[in-house]
Amino acid sequence: MKNPIENLNKIFDSRIRMGVMSILVVNEEVSFNDLKQMLDVTDGNLASHMVNLEENGYIKVHKGFIGRKTNTTYSITRAGEKAFKDHIEALENMIKGMK
Amino acid sequence: MFYKVLFMDSQHPPLETLQDIKRMMERSSRFISLSGWSGISAGVCALVGAVVAQLRINSYLVGLRSDYTSETYYRGETYTLSGNGYDLYRDLLLIAGITFLAAFISSFLFTRARSRRNGTSMWDRTVQRLAWNTVLPMMVGGFVILRLLESGFYGMVAPVCLIFYGLALVNASKYTLGEIRYLGYGQLILGIINLWTGGWGLYFWAAGFGILHIVYGAIMWWKYERQPGQ
Repeated sequence: MKNPIENLNKIFDSRIRMGVMSILVVNEEVSFNDLKQMLDVTDGNLASHMVNLEENGYIKVHKGFIGRKTNTTYSITRAGEKAFKDHIEALENMIKGMK
Repeated sequence: MFYKVLFMDSQHPPLETLQDIKRMMERSSRFISLSGWSGISAGVCALVGAVVAQLRINSYLVGLRSDYTSETYYRGETYTLSGNGYDLYRDLLLIAGITFLAAFISSFLFTRARSRRNGTSMWDRTVQRLAWNTVLPMMVGGFVILRLLESGFYGMVAPVCLIFYGLALVNASKYTLGEIRYLGYGQLILGIINLWTGGWGLYFWAAGFGILHIVYGAIMWWKYERQPGQ
């Protein structure tokens, strides 16, 4: 029997990384602070997850300034979109398999 | 059995994860705390405004029909015929302004209450996008109406109000509850019909801003806010 979780993406195991991807897939560009607010996480926690996603090539980082304050925004990459879609499909297939 | 073991291993069962994803997508891209009561209250304000405006117009018509040439007495007020048109114009603008303010404030309060219950912010990115995409078509409509009034095309005011408001709602539907699109379609249909039915503007206006709002608000309340057992 085929292992039903083989198509699940390990990187999306974390709820926070999953949340970040869910938000970025429907929003062109989202700032670090908005992500933090929506996911209700601390700076350090979110930052480490963002680095992970960036290293995997799923998100792009844009560093900018608003006045003198840094304003870091993120957007999803093609690869990220594809990985996210595959992951959702895998989840859907698991649910179908349960019935 | 195999699946059961599997899901006890993983912390998040797939269905719950999918629901989580959907919630995040919606919360981050749409303002979903728009309350049905806002629609109902805006509709009630519009109906009251329309009735007051109709009464004011009736009083003007009576004044014109009367035999007095210089002035006429109606509902406790004296209207001079020469000043009638101007007075009517000024009063109708005043009624429209008060109606708009009352509708805006009451719908804002209901939505703020719901937003607080949901624990969502009243001024985040989703609200800003929703506000801009609604205000822009309405502002353009405002300029068109101003010019229509200046040019004396009074019969076009109601249909143009309805059309621009309808376009604003269809535009807004991408940034809030998607069903608001149908409210927009309703306003557009009424507005377009009213383009050729001048003189009935107030009725179309009351149907669009009053009745459609109330129907929409009631449906939205029923669908999203009704507590089980209520």
